[in-house]
Amino acid sequence: MSVDFAAMSAAHLRDAVAANEVEPGAAVRGSFARSGAVGAGRDGLNAIIWADAARSTREADALAERVNQAQGSRAPHGSGRELLGVPVAVKDNIATLELPTTCGSHILEGYVSPFEATVVSRLRRAGAVVVGKTNMDEFAMGSSTEHSAYGPTHNPLDPTRVPGGSSGGSAAAVAAGVVRIALGSETGGSVRQPAAFCGVVGVKPTYGRVSRYGLVAFASSLDQVGVFGASVDDAALAMEVLAGLDPLDATSADVPVAPYRATAHESVEGLVVGRPKEYFPESLPPRMRERCDRALAALEAQGAVVREVSLPHTDLAIPVYYIVAPAEASSNLARFDGVRYGLRVQGDGLRGMYEATRSAGFGPEVTRRILLGTYVLSAGYYDAYYKKAQEVRGLLAGDFAAVFGSGVDVLFTPTTPTPAFRIGAVSDPYEMYLNDIFTATANLVGVPAMSVPVGRIDGLPVGGQLMAPHFREDVMFRAAYALERALGEEAHR
Amino acid sequence: MAVSETDVRHIAALARLGLPEGRIGALVAELNGILAHMEELSKVKTREAVPVAGVAAGGMPLREDTGPPLPLARARDRFAPAVRDGFLLVPRLATHTAAGAVADAGGDAAELPE
Repeated sequence: MSVDFAAMSAAHLRDAVAANEVEPGAAVRGSFARSGAVGAGRDGLNAIIWADAARSTREADALAERVNQAQGSRAPHGSGRELLGVPVAVKDNIATLELPTTCGSHILEGYVSPFEATVVSRLRRAGAVVVGKTNMDEFAMGSSTEHSAYGPTHNPLDPTRVPGGSSGGSAAAVAAGVVRIALGSETGGSVRQPAAFCGVVGVKPTYGRVSRYGLVAFASSLDQVGVFGASVDDAALAMEVLAGLDPLDATSADVPVAPYRATAHESVEGLVVGRPKEYFPESLPPRMRERCDRALAALEAQGAVVREVSLPHTDLAIPVYYIVAPAEASSNLARFDGVRYGLRVQGDGLRGMYEATRSAGFGPEVTRRILLGTYVLSAGYYDAYYKKAQEVRGLLAGDFAAVFGSGVDVLFTPTTPTPAFRIGAVSDPYEMYLNDIFTATANLVGVPAMSVPVGRIDGLPVGGQLMAPHFREDVMFRAAYALERALGEEAHR
Repeated sequence: MAVSETDVRHIAALARLGLPEGRIGALVAELNGILAHMEELSKVKTREAVPVAGVAAGGMPLREDTGPPLPLARARDRFAPAVRDGFLLVPRLATHTAAGAVADAGGDAAELPE
């Protein structure tokens, strides 16, 4: 039996599987059928680059025992049934045991991890089935998913356009209805920006909220595993499963996890929503501004209080980000040298092997960022660039602390300055970096943030961004759900 | 501050990147284009700013200096480019010529353990 689960929320599908109304294997077969129908694979949208339908279906069929244990009962946290039979996709920089983990890079072509990321283990423990690894900008460096060794991913809403990046494959897989939930990773907006471009929900949790064990490191003071959902409820359900302390990740925090799905339904009456003026510059296209202001009005209509606020150092976020992130990347990516895993290209002696391997294995954007990062950390330039950037990062953190300390519960901004652009339209590196202008701040200061659809311009989705204080994902989901409920179909028109 | 071709060759060497000679000029232009935007930071007064090295709320917690076991699901020779007797093999260093001679004398070793 094939299941059209694309129209069912993850929780609805989970309940149907637990009630024995839908076989878990059928749900997974339905996902692969949908993937084939929309061309999500390498010869189509190129959203999913590694998959093994037979293995995934076997894994789903093996969930029958858990279905019998469920006996139609609900799926409380820790029951092993929170995502029973729900197909999920995983970004290609998150370690899986059975499928390759290549980070969209030639240097890791064919690499299959000998361990599994905690987030993948948690999904599987909850009954989810991984149906594919998704395409991405190489090592998560990009904002369009054009910079993958395995070719660009196309936006399902308009295949001539990018899906955003770097987690563009995951966003496209959700937007195309292949899965309701997908994992991505965030360093400067790599979940929220593609979520905005593809018209789905994208969540970047608080730094430390979700384990990074098994996420291939790019910039360790910024990286977080993120979640895509076809709806706020899907994303909240996934976050309930993923969040929490992990002894395998020293940066994960021991902070209680709220029942995000339930708290999302609470009223926004009296919620103070900050509208930072720096995120609504003169250069913002009028129709982007109109969609965002309509969303703010929808929150106001439900009793929220919208307040104009200022985050005065916002303009400095991109220069800070593009010093800190490449600096950390230049260190983290030193491990790819042909010795322990992945590609090896012989050269003249050990050093020659290192250079030949890295030269052949890394693409142009990764090479550029490693060079940039090495430069800003090198003797004579460290103080002027890296140290200065960390100081300004402190100013950015101060901006957010002041606003949240003044009684603002959540901030609302556009997620991106424009809707999805055409494939190949942006060739200047810095112009591409400016795609992160509204998203990089949340990574730099560690607060949770998410993108929700708030409308379309000429058929292209527009995302609205919500940012909350550290570990207040519950408040963020509450505002997001209120928006989703209030806008209804308008969010996709 | 602008980078020169010499700078790019130097940082490429530091980063162990082998760059084709024909790519150097383009990289100089690209990096200078990016660095020009970074100059904005030099105008910001940060005398009283506290540098932020991380954003973990409450800082990084101290933990027991013992990690949990990390069993690998597959052996090294399934994912490493060159392995022998459980060791990762790398090309011989020039400074290891003498040791290499001993290894060569012993048989087929063109490479030495790390």
